[in-house]
Amino acid sequence: MIEVKKLIKRFGMKSVLRGVDFRVERGEFVALLGPNGAGKTTFLRILSSLARPSLGEVKVAGYSLPNEAAQVRARLGVVSHMPLLYGDLTAQENLEFYARMYGITEYAIRITEVLDMVGLASRRNDLVRTFSRGMAQRLAIGRAVLHDPEVILFDEPYTGLDQDASSMLDEVLKSVAAQGRTVVMTSHDLARAEDLATRFDILTRGVIAASSSREALGSNNLLTFYKQALAA
Amino acid sequence: MTNFLQATFAVFRKDITAELRSREIIFAMMVFSMLVIVIFNFALELDPATRKEVTSGVLWATFAFAGTLGLNRSMAVEKDRGCLDGLLLAPVDRSAIYFGKVLSNLAFMFIVEAFVLPLYSALYNVNLFNPGLLLVILLGSIGYTAVGTLLASMAVQARTRDVLLPILLFPIAIPVLLSAVKASTGFLNGVEMAEIWPSLNLLIVYDVIFTAVAFMVFDAVVEE
Amino acid sequence: MTPKPTLLKVLDYLSVIVLIIAAYLALVYAPTEQIMGDVQRVFYFHIGTAWVGLLGFVLSAILGIAYLVTKDMKWDIIEVAAIEISVVFFFITIVLGSVWARPAWNTWWTWDPRLTTAAITELVYVAYFMLRAGVEDPERRARFGAVYALFGGLSAPITFMAIRLFRSIHPVVIGAANQNQEKMNMSGDMRVAFFFALFAFTVIFIDLFWNRIRLGQLESKVEQLKLKVM
Repeated sequence: MIEVKKLIKRFGMKSVLRGVDFRVERGEFVALLGPNGAGKTTFLRILSSLARPSLGEVKVAGYSLPNEAAQVRARLGVVSHMPLLYGDLTAQENLEFYARMYGITEYAIRITEVLDMVGLASRRNDLVRTFSRGMAQRLAIGRAVLHDPEVILFDEPYTGLDQDASSMLDEVLKSVAAQGRTVVMTSHDLARAEDLATRFDILTRGVIAASSSREALGSNNLLTFYKQALAA
Repeated sequence: MTNFLQATFAVFRKDITAELRSREIIFAMMVFSMLVIVIFNFALELDPATRKEVTSGVLWATFAFAGTLGLNRSMAVEKDRGCLDGLLLAPVDRSAIYFGKVLSNLAFMFIVEAFVLPLYSALYNVNLFNPGLLLVILLGSIGYTAVGTLLASMAVQARTRDVLLPILLFPIAIPVLLSAVKASTGFLNGVEMAEIWPSLNLLIVYDVIFTAVAFMVFDAVVEE
Repeated sequence: MTPKPTLLKVLDYLSVIVLIIAAYLALVYAPTEQIMGDVQRVFYFHIGTAWVGLLGFVLSAILGIAYLVTKDMKWDIIEVAAIEISVVFFFITIVLGSVWARPAWNTWWTWDPRLTTAAITELVYVAYFMLRAGVEDPERRARFGAVYALFGGLSAPITFMAIRLFRSIHPVVIGAANQNQEKMNMSGDMRVAFFFALFAFTVIFIDLFWNRIRLGQLESKVEQLKLKVM
């Protein structure tokens, strides 16, 4: 579903990504872990077509970036640490707006579906400005899955959430992943990642330093694996 | 093409819905334009004799100042909550987003202008309901907003965003403002059309050139 | 590091020489203008600097397009070089124009279309540098710079036309002097000084331009080395 070969991203002279090789099969849930400044966000921005690769090959859902960006975008949902929602619109209006942007016809039913899924059906006519951080984040997920994308990218979805909000987000994330979608999530919260993902990749110093499936990890602790990868 | 228009209209509709609810931008622009008029009143001693000459200058200065206020705010709303990313993630041509923002900024301009004209007419007892003047306001606002929307989308991405937009916009927008003032004065003083045409032509040329160029470079302004 | 090319060294010396010759021609060789007197002598340098200033601005708009199409940083370096030099030359043009205006029109500044356009154009490129200063990411800075250079290049001629239209409603204060200037009869010797000044400033422009591009390249190399060490 996602295929990245020798990806390099420079900002001016500075290389943030220095040859990332990354492959995700359909239905996998990959947690992309790494210290701050390792290039996780930059990497997701490239996968989501918001940033251009400096060098290398990037293919998402069978289309290559940046040339077939429109096709990729139609098959992609993104949740970043910012909610990407308008505070002066209601939950319903926000989703309606994005439905129009994605060219979804007959969106009324789909919006109800999505709002039910993220547990905000009762708040659909409230302004997003009045939402708590957790509610906004759940609505952001609703926004990202509105067009039923094949691939979903989560960039630090837990940022700024309290315990309750986090566990509610867990439920939503699980239901999103359960529908056979391919998911890539960055996080520095190892416990959350361990709970959700089927594979763990460590991104550090601009490359994928280690990768392990849940099975291969075995009885090993994710934290040990993570520390070894960083030390190597 | 239908997708393009649909997306353009979606952006426009979203802005108008949000604005009708919060009234943040338009209200600020209106109050600001009233203040500008009041300041000009004292600065220029707007007595009946001088008024005739400076009316269109005062009007366009007011529109320009209030305009930057609205342009900056309307793009800042997109940038602050990361909504710009949300827009850019949609599978539509990015220039649809640009045109959508131009339309809503233009709507804000028109609303403020529709407020300023009667206000000015009442305050200074001049009749501003002149079809020619309205045409000039239409053409001038289009050019100003087309350039302003593009420059505002650069300005909000800069570190110095709060001060940057007027500095970027005014020197580039001078042709619009000058020809608009000239044409407006012509219409208000009942000058012959032959004398007004050159200014109108210049406005049209500016509108066409800069809308076309802004359309072409918008991608370069928002991508990474 | 590559040493300075010989041709560039030659050009450096040549620039100094032609500047001296141009100064001699303008200040000594050319006859005194009958109506305006000695102050007319700034005219030679005024036109020379204006010419290369405009050249740089037009060039920068084209270089902006080149950058936007290719996304190659070298165009950005060249574009900045062109604008930086032109801003300086244009400033000199405006100051010399002022020096001339003082005795000729009895004022330091007139809102004549050319002077006004020059001042606004200068402001456009001051804004250009303010824009660049406000953007940290070099690649984004290059994109924004290219877009703005393109806008500036397009707006300058329209600005000139707009101001000319605008001014025609007012009595032209400087009309008489302006007509003199339009009709200024240049004698043969004046023409020599005039064309040599154009030539001299073109040489100086090329020399500075080349040096400035080299400086830009060295800057980016230094940046690169710094990152390697880090």
